Amino acid sequence: MIGQAVLSTPKLAFEPVLPELVLVAFAIFGLLYEALAKRSEPILHLSIGLSGILLAAATTLPLWSWDGAATVLGGTVAADRFAVLARLLLLVIAALGLLLSDQYFARSEDERKGEFTPLLLFATSGMTLIVAAADLIVTFLALEILSLSLYVLTGLTGRRAANEASMKYFLLGAFSSAFFLYGVAMAYGATGTTKIATMAVALTGSGGTQSLALLGFALLAVGFGFKVSAAPFHMWTPDVYQGAPTPVTAYMSAATKIAAFAALIRVLDVAFQALAWDWAPVVWGLSAVSVVLGSILAIAQTNVKRMLAYSSIAHAGFILTGLTAPGAVGIRSAVFYLVAYAAMTVGAFGTVMLVSGRGEERTRIADYAGLARTNPFTAALMTLFLLSLAGIPPTAGFIAKVNVFSAAIGAGYWWLVLIGVVMSVAAAFFYLRVIVVMYMQEPEDVATSDTIEPAGPGVGAVLVVPAAATLLLGVFPGVIVGVIEKASVLRW
Amino acid sequence: MNKLLTLTTFLPLLGALMVLAGGRGLKDEAARWVALGASLVTFIVSLVVLGRFDPSATQSFQMLERARWVESIGLTYTVGVDGVSIWMLLLTTFLFPVSILASWTVTKDVRRFMAAMLVLETAVIGTFVALDLLLFFLFFEALLVPMYLLIGGWGGQRRIYAAIKFFLFTMAGSAFLLLGILFLYSKGGAVSFRYDTLLGVAGELPATTGRWLFLAFFVAFAVKVPLVPLHTWLPDAHTEAPTAGSVLLAALLLKVGTYGLIRFNLVFFPEASKYFATFVGVIAVIGIVYGAVNALIQTDIKRLVAYSSVSHLGFVVLGLFAFTQQGVTGGVLQMVNHGLATGALFLLVGMVYERTHTRDLGEMGGLAAGMPWLMGAFLFTAFASAGLPGLNGFVGEFLVIVGTFAVSNWFGALAATAVVLAAIYLLWSYQRMAFGPVREEHRLLPDVNLREVVVLAPVLALLLLFGVAPKLLTDRIDPAAKAVIARVEPDQDTIDVGSPVRNSIVAMPAGQP
Repeated sequence: MIGQAVLSTPKLAFEPVLPELVLVAFAIFGLLYEALAKRSEPILHLSIGLSGILLAAATTLPLWSWDGAATVLGGTVAADRFAVLARLLLLVIAALGLLLSDQYFARSEDERKGEFTPLLLFATSGMTLIVAAADLIVTFLALEILSLSLYVLTGLTGRRAANEASMKYFLLGAFSSAFFLYGVAMAYGATGTTKIATMAVALTGSGGTQSLALLGFALLAVGFGFKVSAAPFHMWTPDVYQGAPTPVTAYMSAATKIAAFAALIRVLDVAFQALAWDWAPVVWGLSAVSVVLGSILAIAQTNVKRMLAYSSIAHAGFILTGLTAPGAVGIRSAVFYLVAYAAMTVGAFGTVMLVSGRGEERTRIADYAGLARTNPFTAALMTLFLLSLAGIPPTAGFIAKVNVFSAAIGAGYWWLVLIGVVMSVAAAFFYLRVIVVMYMQEPEDVATSDTIEPAGPGVGAVLVVPAAATLLLGVFPGVIVGVIEKASVLRW
Repeated sequence: MNKLLTLTTFLPLLGALMVLAGGRGLKDEAARWVALGASLVTFIVSLVVLGRFDPSATQSFQMLERARWVESIGLTYTVGVDGVSIWMLLLTTFLFPVSILASWTVTKDVRRFMAAMLVLETAVIGTFVALDLLLFFLFFEALLVPMYLLIGGWGGQRRIYAAIKFFLFTMAGSAFLLLGILFLYSKGGAVSFRYDTLLGVAGELPATTGRWLFLAFFVAFAVKVPLVPLHTWLPDAHTEAPTAGSVLLAALLLKVGTYGLIRFNLVFFPEASKYFATFVGVIAVIGIVYGAVNALIQTDIKRLVAYSSVSHLGFVVLGLFAFTQQGVTGGVLQMVNHGLATGALFLLVGMVYERTHTRDLGEMGGLAAGMPWLMGAFLFTAFASAGLPGLNGFVGEFLVIVGTFAVSNWFGALAATAVVLAAIYLLWSYQRMAFGPVREEHRLLPDVNLREVVVLAPVLALLLLFGVAPKLLTDRIDPAAKAVIARVEPDQDTIDVGSPVRNSIVAMPAGQP
């Protein structure tokens, strides 16, 4: 015997990043298929995408009972239930987005691009990675993966509005990424690490570098504020949501919010938890400004997609309201809100897609006139999603609002809740307006009402999922609350 | 099995689902009958509830049902009735079949109309029986949607404006209610929204906090009642709503406001209630006089009845905030009376409108000649509404005025003027409708048909019954009123009318959900 090995190799546990590996593998496979096949079949692309998502979900599920280290791969990826729940949500949204886009391109005259499905998978892999990122460098990498894919997805149809939206998203997004990266650098300067867990330890009790850390946090907040579309970093949102193909909007409005908020929660409640008193004003400030600006600007909109975009800014504000409560209480309320918001926003944009006809023709609020008469099912779906967005019981939106508001009141921010409830009334106005138009006005032009395809088996079936979730979470929120509670403990 | 209240609450919803599930295949006629059937069965079940209700029981709330619902935030499904809510419940279940039968003439989207009515019934019943604050709020908000659809979908010319105004006013009010509820909840350690738990929490708050919370609750209910100056949605909503909508708005939705004041404001914040009593009294009296004067100058008969509601509801609030036995009992009695009388007035106005196609008093006249029965019923109801002795309005108004005089002569005197004004505007409007030269196009209008008789007869019979035998109501109201007063004015001697005194308003049978 020559001797025992003296080098101990680090144990590499790849299980916690299997979902990402699967997604990337399927995305690459999709790209190869598109490049090598003579004529690519949409149905095959769809199958590749869906199987990738399904397999990723299958590899995510066992992680729920993961009993290995809290972080793996050298402390860069967290393997906690928080990440598992967020990943599963993202995968569901990705599947819905994929199905919606398939319907969209089947009806639109736009040329079907084979890159669509792989790009969506890449974006999803970035999102599922960011929710588990335990190192700010990984967070940044994941942020770039998801952002770059989304920039392209936005402009993929080549329509003018889509190109413009894509360009705007890219320029502003690149700008915000720079802020984010600068923030990481500052945080590194303050703590000597980019690992979230080590950062938390470094910031506990130390005095001198805290101001530098706060500067870092402020810069990170700009980056996150941009991604979650919190005002005043929301400028891109209306243009991009309106310009992007509707299924892409549906996908990114829900998924980006979940991904970015999950990463933000890790930064707030782990890395900077020692500075909670200092970051609180940033969170409530962003929250108040987003709620007020989003709600008020939405009132003036005449385009449904644009209106929903402003509403998404307001909802980012509501989620931030919940996050003013430090620790598990705030996380729970925010996660529930994210689940509820995902259901209603995917549903709402999905319905918009149904009504918009071939391409992006009919997205004005006026186009919804008399929808209840011509397409009662579509109108009923839209009503459900709008009521939920407005926070009217018995929908998910109501319970979600109660959750974030009570979390914030518990933390002493009753005046922030006051702003929230008052702005909810303003918000009710613009959601109601769409319902008024659908139910109480006659169709402008009877001929056009025929061009709306009835919610056939395709889109109808896809939209039943968010509709059921919106109702179920409103009436029996208990079904998910237990899961969220278990997932609201961040391991580090 | 003690699930009667749940059954009462959700039977209408079941009916609504049946109507909707029928799809386009369901004929309009069938939808009407299903809706009527569902609401009638609900009424019958609620009669059983009344039968089981024990006026001499020692605990305030009876037929309690408790279930866990969302444990993580402490939301429970807790329902029960006391001497106040039992009548609100009965009023609701009684007026819904009446309104549905009165809506037989609706021909547009019958299925959806009936479904909205039934969903509304569930929501209204829910607000009256809920004993969990978040559950109450849930129903309180949920009832906006069907009402909004009823006004906006089947209303008059300016229906969309009226519907949005109604929705936004009420929602603005309830925003503060939610804030108040969440604040109480968080003060209580964020464990439960149950009525009795939060009542305990409210009792331990410092006076200033109690006053702020009182205001938060008060604004929400004042919009609903409505108290001047938060009433401006009401004339529009009542006027533009379809007949059934006006009936239910006036008879039930306004009562949700006064009911909330009793159930929450008075009982939760007794100190603040006394602190703000004069302020509330003043705006109630302003409402009484303002509503009456406005009713006097209306030429639109529906608007006239709407303003009379503002006046009458001011009465109720004045009685409640007098904190005397007569005042509170009279106030609750008036809630029932106003529901029946104004409900009947709106039904009658609707019937007149269906014939003459005008609501303008200037374009009517001489109608008594062609339709003596309809006009007779109108006169009878007008008398009841104006408080003629022998009819139901009298007892309640009398009690309120007596109860108010015991506290303040000024308020009593001013309130009494409204009784006079009510007689003037109601009788004057009757005169303009019924007498004088008949217009050519109104000469051959038919009198009431059988369906309309069936709609009106039970309501008018109750107007008479409760006028002659108010004890039927007060027997159950008195103990509840006493319990409220015992909370606000613990030292006051309440006039004992032979019912046992409650030891506490929170007395609920032991047992956790």
